[in-house]
Amino acid sequence: MKASGRVLLNFCDVHTHYGSLHVLKGVSYEIREGEIVALLGGNASGKSTTMKTVLGLVRPSEGTVSFRGQPIHALRTSEIVRRGIAPVPEGRRLFPRMTILENLEMGRYTRRAEPGWAEELDRVFGLFPLLKERRHQLAGTMSGGEQQMLAIGRALMTRPTLLCMDEPSMGLAPRLVEEVFDIIRAINEQGTTIFVIEQNVNMALSIAHRGYVLQMGEVVLAGSAQELLENPLIRKAYLGSG
Amino acid sequence: MSTVDVLLQQIVNGLALGMMYALLALGFTMVYGIIELINFSHFSVFMTGTFVGLVVLNLMGVTAVSKSLTGFALVGTLVVLFAATMATTGVLGVLIERICLRSLRHVAGTAPMITTIGVAFILINTMLLIWGPQAQRFPQLLPNWRWAVGAAEVTFKQVVLFVVGLVLMLALSHLVKRTTLGKAMRATAQDADAARMMGIDVDRVVVLTFFLGSALAGAGSLFFGLYYGFTGYYIGYTTGLRAFTSAVLGGIGSIPGAVLGGLFIGLTQSLGGQLVGVKWTDVIIFSLLIIVMVFRPNGLLGAHVPQKA
Repeated sequence: MKASGRVLLNFCDVHTHYGSLHVLKGVSYEIREGEIVALLGGNASGKSTTMKTVLGLVRPSEGTVSFRGQPIHALRTSEIVRRGIAPVPEGRRLFPRMTILENLEMGRYTRRAEPGWAEELDRVFGLFPLLKERRHQLAGTMSGGEQQMLAIGRALMTRPTLLCMDEPSMGLAPRLVEEVFDIIRAINEQGTTIFVIEQNVNMALSIAHRGYVLQMGEVVLAGSAQELLENPLIRKAYLGSG
Repeated sequence: MSTVDVLLQQIVNGLALGMMYALLALGFTMVYGIIELINFSHFSVFMTGTFVGLVVLNLMGVTAVSKSLTGFALVGTLVVLFAATMATTGVLGVLIERICLRSLRHVAGTAPMITTIGVAFILINTMLLIWGPQAQRFPQLLPNWRWAVGAAEVTFKQVVLFVVGLVLMLALSHLVKRTTLGKAMRATAQDADAARMMGIDVDRVVVLTFFLGSALAGAGSLFFGLYYGFTGYYIGYTTGLRAFTSAVLGGIGSIPGAVLGGLFIGLTQSLGGQLVGVKWTDVIIFSLLIIVMVFRPNGLLGAHVPQKA
C-alpha cells in the first residue's frame, strides 16, 4: 500500500527507565499511514521496550508518544487498543487453554459491544483458512507457525489502524518465515499500517518501506529500506557481508 | 440398617456438605487462578456471611424461634436471603481487594498472603465484638420433610442445598465458559500481560473475580447456617481449611477441580465419620491431602503448581 504521508504514530524524544536502567535514550520514530516500518536491532537494544511503550505497558519517563496527533503515552492499554493499535506480541502470547475462536474473540474484546464480529471473522478466516477449519482446537496444541497465524489473526480482529508486531519470525522455520512475511505484506496492502520489530533484518527490509536501527537504546540509523539494505554498516553487522 | 444403607445415607449427607465446601473452594481457586494469591481472608468472609444471613432473616422477620416456612413464603425468603447475602459478601470481597490487596499486587513474596491473614483477624474480631463469643442460633426456615430412598433418608434441607449449589455452579460455569467477561477472566488467568494487550482491563477482572468468589462464599455460609443451625465468630477456620483443602486437592486454579475436591471432602467427612469416627474426620481429610500432594502435586485436575506461598 502507498504511504499517504500523514503521520500515524509519533515517538518524540522518548526516554524509558526500568528502575535505574536507562533503556530508551531519547528515541524518535515516525510512522506514516500505509507504511510498513521495520525496527531493527540486536538483543537488549530496546526494541521490545519500544513495543511496550507504544502499548502503554511501559511509561516513558520523558518525551511523548502520539497516535493520530493525540498523546497516548499516559493512556491505559485498553484505551490505546480501542483507538486502533493492535499488538502481535513477542512469543505470540496466545491463551493456550482457549480455542482458536475464543482467542479471536479476545482479540476483539475492546469492540465486543459493536456489530461486525462475523465480517471480521470472515476476513481473518479468509487470510488464514486453516484457522477456520480448526476453530474449536485449543491454541496451545497448535504448531509454532500456526500459532503465529493465530496471533496475527487475533490482532486483526480489532480492525486496527496500526499493527505492532514484535519478532514475528522468531522460532519459525525459514519456509514459514516467508509465509508470515507474505501475509504481513498482504495485510498492509489491505490498508493496515505496520510497525514490525525484527532481528531478521533481510526479511524485514524486504517488505518494509522504511526502517530504523536501534542500538543500546538509541536510533543509530534511519532511512528507506533500500538505503538501509545498501548501508555498509548494516551489511556488515546484520547481513554478514562487507 | 445394612452397611450398604448406612453408606448410602452418608453419601447423601456428604453430597450436601460437599456442595458447601465446593462453593467455598471456588473462591480460593478463582482468586488463585487470576493473581496466584492464596486468600486466607476468604475463611472469614465465609464466617461473616453467616451473620449477614442472620441479619437479613431478622430483617424479614424470621428469627431463631420462627416456625419453618413453606410454599411461596419459603421460596421468596430463600431468594431474598441468598441474593442479599451473596451481594453483601461479594462487596466485602471487592472491598478487601480494593483496600488491602491492590496496592500489593506487584509486591513479590508473601506480603499479600500475610495481609489476607490480617484481614481474616479483623473480620473475626469484628464479629466477636458485635455478636459476642457465644454461638448464635440460625433460623431453621426449611421444613423438616424427609423421604425414604431405599433404607436411606433424604431430607428436604439436603435437596435444597444440593439443588441451589448445583444451580450456582452451573451459572458460574456458564459465565466462565460462554460469556465474554468469563472468557476475559480465563484469558487473564492464562496470561495477564497478553490479556492486557488485548485491551482487557485486568483490574476489573480481578475485582469481578473477588466479587464472584466472595458471593459464592456467602452462599456457602448460608449452607452452613441452614445445615448446622448455628453460627459463631470461630466457624470460618475449620470449614475454611477444609474448603481450602478441597481447592488444593482438586488442583488450585481449576474450577471443576474445586467442585470435585469439595464433593470429595464432603463425602470423606461423612463416610469417614461413619466408618472410622467423627473425631478422626480431619485426620482423614488432611492425610488424604498429603497423599494426593505426594503423588499428584498439581491436584486431581490442576494445571498450576503453586508458586507463591
